[in-house]
Amino acid sequence: MIVELGHFALILCLSLSILQSVIPIVGARNGNAGMMASGTWIAIAAFVVIALSFISLTYAHVASDFSVNNVWQNSHSLKPLLYKYSGVWGNHEGSMLLWVLILGFFAALVAMFGANLPPQLKANVLGVQGWIMTAFLAFIIKTSNPFARLQPAPFEGKDLNPVLQDIGLAIHPPMLYLGYVGFSITFSFAVAAMLSGRIDAAWARWVRPWALMAWIFLTAGIAMGSYWAYYELGWGGWWFWDPVENASFIPWLTGTALLHSALVMEKREALKIWTVLLALITFSMSLLGTFLVRSGVLTSVHAFASDPERGVFILVILIVFVGGSLTLFAFRASELRSGGLFAPVSREGALVFNNLFLATAAASVLTGTLYPLVLEAIDGSKISVGAPFFNMTFGPLMMPLLLAIPVGPLLSWKRADLWVAVQKLYFAAGIAIVLGILALAFVEGTSVLAALGIGVAFWVMVGALAELVMRSGIGRLDTATALRRLKGLPGSTWGTAAAHFGVGLMMLGIVSVSAFEEELIKRVAPGEVNTFAGFEIKFEGLSPAKGPNFIEDVARFTITGRGVIDLEMLPTKRLYTTRKMPTTEAAIETFKFSQLYLSLGDPEPDGSITLRAWWKPFVTFIWLGPVMMVFGGLISLGDRRLRVGAPQKAASRRKLANA
Amino acid sequence: MHRILLLCLAFALLSTPVFAVNPDEVLDDPVLEERAREISSKLRCLVCQNQSIDGSDAALAKDLRVLVRDRLKEGDTDAQIFDYVVARYGEFVLLQPKIGSHTLVLWFMPIVVLLFGIGIFVVKSRNAKVTKTASLSDKENELIANALQEDD
Repeated sequence: MIVELGHFALILCLSLSILQSVIPIVGARNGNAGMMASGTWIAIAAFVVIALSFISLTYAHVASDFSVNNVWQNSHSLKPLLYKYSGVWGNHEGSMLLWVLILGFFAALVAMFGANLPPQLKANVLGVQGWIMTAFLAFIIKTSNPFARLQPAPFEGKDLNPVLQDIGLAIHPPMLYLGYVGFSITFSFAVAAMLSGRIDAAWARWVRPWALMAWIFLTAGIAMGSYWAYYELGWGGWWFWDPVENASFIPWLTGTALLHSALVMEKREALKIWTVLLALITFSMSLLGTFLVRSGVLTSVHAFASDPERGVFILVILIVFVGGSLTLFAFRASELRSGGLFAPVSREGALVFNNLFLATAAASVLTGTLYPLVLEAIDGSKISVGAPFFNMTFGPLMMPLLLAIPVGPLLSWKRADLWVAVQKLYFAAGIAIVLGILALAFVEGTSVLAALGIGVAFWVMVGALAELVMRSGIGRLDTATALRRLKGLPGSTWGTAAAHFGVGLMMLGIVSVSAFEEELIKRVAPGEVNTFAGFEIKFEGLSPAKGPNFIEDVARFTITGRGVIDLEMLPTKRLYTTRKMPTTEAAIETFKFSQLYLSLGDPEPDGSITLRAWWKPFVTFIWLGPVMMVFGGLISLGDRRLRVGAPQKAASRRKLANA
Repeated sequence: MHRILLLCLAFALLSTPVFAVNPDEVLDDPVLEERAREISSKLRCLVCQNQSIDGSDAALAKDLRVLVRDRLKEGDTDAQIFDYVVARYGEFVLLQPKIGSHTLVLWFMPIVVLLFGIGIFVVKSRNAKVTKTASLSDKENELIANALQEDD
């Protein structure tokens, strides 16, 4: 019954979304205030209804109702409760429902918190969001109904794919979706603005918090996915340039560009056309990612061709939205007059530089991801585009960007003196050079390239703090005054510093793992002790164990060295009984920021086993960097919430006048 | 220019390989083994999705790893080994596609996009200079100077 209500709610939400697509926009056209305002309530109602639908699917999963096909395919009565919840979005139908839930969530947020928006703009934004909702709800109902029943109902479920039974994968998809579906709002804002024909600095100011919010979620989601791959897949790799990863990374690159260009538009009324285009492109890339992941086209072009219903449906959605919005853009772009002029060397110029390289990087990742598909479709030849290609093209594109990060915020708007800004950074440059040389001289195994990498990482990190130091006057003024001024700096300045610092930190982690990682691949017998990376690793033996829905062989290692004595580490090899699928569960121990990573190969009849051990120096920086970026985003968002739409400046000025 | 080339190289080499090499496959000669790892990380495991043979547990990947090491022991150059593997399995096996007429777009897309972007920017800022608004008159300049002085 509850399942049928969920299905009904889904259809009801489609009806509401159709209303939301039409009424507010017609109202905005005719200046009908009532029709415009109705968008607010319809959007909230649609969200409530889709939430009910989602809850009822969750209920079916948690209650292990195997008469529902989706539950039968992806659950098992013995599956731990957490994964009964996360199993809801661990499959195609459920994840699409989550997709639409988040679309509705963002529309409801705009409806509730968009009171400061001009009514016409708000109505149009909600209307456009309604179009996207309608398209994807139709997709779910037509091709991917999660509520389909089975008759007769099976007795037991087929269990969830074991690699998805993990806390990381429970949280990662919702985060990621909040990110790239979140960019639907910037898309809706862009289309809405083009419909009403008013695109100015105020528009950028309204859009920026939404873009920032989506960016925060996307950053967190990608980082979490990377850490999940690192510990769950058992090879210790953290980024594979897999098409599925690229699908979320391309919107991140364009979204990051959007954050920076919207800044120029807000402050200086320049780059308008480009910013609007980026807003369209970013969500288009999200749609493209959804198509790639959900159509099955990645696994094989042939699989896609033999069962094309879902793929073609999403492709049509993709073409309509991307094509439609770009057509509208082509008509409107010529009407946009760009404002503020600026010299090539200026804050604006630096942000253009940022956009140039981020957009190029996005384009090359996109080309690399799609190229094999397109080539096969054209002449049937099969080629692979993998990690070596992406490292070779993406790396060099990031280098100028990294070098420019500390300089950009120190340039003044309109026209700046590059040399003056660089001189202010002598401290950062000094530290970077000294540390690079020290690493080369004193750390064994440092190559010139690694030393350069370390230097650049510190250049970015120390340079990121330069603006804080300069604006607070640390070193120039007395400590108390400087600290007071430091505290008084706007959140956006702090946010920029934290996010840029995070980029450098991540870079340091990447360089350090690549250059200094140590590895041991060895068959070990029980009782055997191996010396590795400053540890003594003793293999105690292998013993069987049983989990709720798996059996496993647990290898017991005791570790001595680097401040620990007889620390126990337990990597395992699991077999998930229902799916007969083996997995490797690595054991990871963190020493400050570095990690010891143990993973198992195949056991031998004589009780010995293949051990793969890695010492990964400063590997956690790879994810602590993004944590800093997210943190920076949050500070900046907190700051903006106070300023957006609140004319505080004027108020304080009035106060001054009265005093 | 050298510096830029070095930096490009730096990033090309900064990929973290993933390992599924078994102890019995490892060559005694560390230099050869190093080369074997480097080559393996650029060859695709044909039965996996987007994995190199160096990172894959699949049986076919193991065969290929052993094959690569056998050729190395016989004194083949890296290029010879790649050619040998491509002759047997097709270009699909290369994770980094060859530069050729069929991959021109792939390899040169980034540089074309970058130059295109720079081009647009240069043209725009040129145009902007031409259409710059008329400079201030002497009287306006005087007014501004006065206003600034008052502010001080």
